Amino acid sequence: MVETSLFPADTDHVITTRQVNFFYGAVQALFDITMDIPGRRVTAFIGPSGCGKSTFLRIFNRMNDTIAGTRLEGEVLINGEDIYQKSNNVVHLRRKVGMVFQKSNPFPKSIFDNVAYGPRIHGIKDKQQLAGIVEQSLMRSALWDEVKDRLETNALGLSGGQQQRLCIARALAVGPEILLMDEPASALDPKSTIRIEDLIGELRNDYTIVIVTHNMQQAARISDYTAFFYEGRLVEFNATKKIFTKPREKQTEDYITGRFG
Amino acid sequence: MWKDKAMRLLMVSAASTSICLVVLIFFFLARESAPFIVKPGLGALFDTQWIPVSFIKERFGLLPLITGSALVTGLSMLFTIPLSVLGAIYIAEIASPVEREFLKPFIELLASIPSVVLGFFGLMVLAPLIKHFFGLGTGLTALTGAFLLTLMAIPTVITLSEDAINSVPRAYKDASQALGASDLQTIFQVIIPAALPGIIAAIMLGTGRVIGETMAVLMVTGNSALMTWSPLAPVRTMTATIAAEMGEVSFGSIHYHSLFWIGLVLLAVTFILNIIAQRVLVRYGMMK
Repeated sequence: MVETSLFPADTDHVITTRQVNFFYGAVQALFDITMDIPGRRVTAFIGPSGCGKSTFLRIFNRMNDTIAGTRLEGEVLINGEDIYQKSNNVVHLRRKVGMVFQKSNPFPKSIFDNVAYGPRIHGIKDKQQLAGIVEQSLMRSALWDEVKDRLETNALGLSGGQQQRLCIARALAVGPEILLMDEPASALDPKSTIRIEDLIGELRNDYTIVIVTHNMQQAARISDYTAFFYEGRLVEFNATKKIFTKPREKQTEDYITGRFG
Repeated sequence: MWKDKAMRLLMVSAASTSICLVVLIFFFLARESAPFIVKPGLGALFDTQWIPVSFIKERFGLLPLITGSALVTGLSMLFTIPLSVLGAIYIAEIASPVEREFLKPFIELLASIPSVVLGFFGLMVLAPLIKHFFGLGTGLTALTGAFLLTLMAIPTVITLSEDAINSVPRAYKDASQALGASDLQTIFQVIIPAALPGIIAAIMLGTGRVIGETMAVLMVTGNSALMTWSPLAPVRTMTATIAAEMGEVSFGSIHYHSLFWIGLVLLAVTFILNIIAQRVLVRYGMMK
């Protein structure tokens, strides 16, 4: 069990899960996961493929709902609200909890329309307001200088790294508090990866970031806290420094020293 | 060694057969229509009346036939496009797997009904209904033909549109939903725009099928070669004219040559539609 003394006293627990079990049909993917994720920090989920870390991440914005036959037990609270309560509105939830996917997935629209997509579907029509949001979001994702002269060109013409930063801008444009990132740099070259990591460093003060990664050096570089998952269970959750220097569990140590996974 | 060469030759000739056939057909159409240019001259084709057999004066104006085809095709696409596109969206995006397995065989079945059988249905069921509903003298109208052609075009357009929608990457849908878009917002603002080139190609190919259709329209459109834009008037299409008159025309007459001009115009229209559809599909293929 994770002691609450893990975080400094002034930290908010933005995401809280209690005894979460998750099933794909009859197959159980997550077992009894209880954890608190701190606000305005970067939390990394690590673990071998198939350990359930991505499934767990997708619980926080209910993206697993889009897969037929899935089922969740337990409680998931965001800012104290049970997001799986029937009364809870998924649209509202996903505005607060943005997501960046493993493979960059800009729409086949212009750069501007990609970023403006979220604000538009949430009802913003004013052109100036949209232009302001687009500019701000692209600046936050460190893409503005590269694309400001070609906002009307198709987003699919950007490089892989630029596309991923565009996706981050698109997620930021709806004004989320939490940013979920599912291996956001795993399909990128080393240079683009560094840029994404720098960007996460810049966003950490304003957003609660949860990032799934295969890359342990990446977790060590960018995260404040690290959770190690294995076979659907949360094995260890601690400050990243502790996890990588003095892990409590043998399994964690074996994984981060590369003995398996 | 010679075996390889012989095999190669055999396959090359098999592959070029269709090219040869197209060239031959075009050559044949050109040869049989050419005498018309000399007498009575191409200007005769722009007459507003089609009276190929007459004791007073024969007229070979293609305009009433072209407007007839355009009217029937246009009306038909007016019904086909919304029905097919909405149907394709439903099957591809909204229907449960069970519903999909139930719907798709019916669409395929619709495609396999011979057009002459559909013509029967139009003649015995549809025409009387239209006659009574609108209080007309005859139920054999452009609208009746358009309804039947809609039944024929729907399977083509639905199936191809559904393919286009299904080939939109799942990642677009994920991205849209993760931004808080509803299913309908995702469908109409991301999936349909991404699939649009494929849907347009499907509509073009459906239009080509409708223009070229003969049997059903011959049976239910009333066969009156009058220039009109009224959906409730009897009309005559280009295809129906060729089919109805080719058997009785005297070989080598002006009437005979004029029928080949109808064929040329039809060929040109369907050819252009196919080229547009292909262009769009190629661009679409590159977008993926």
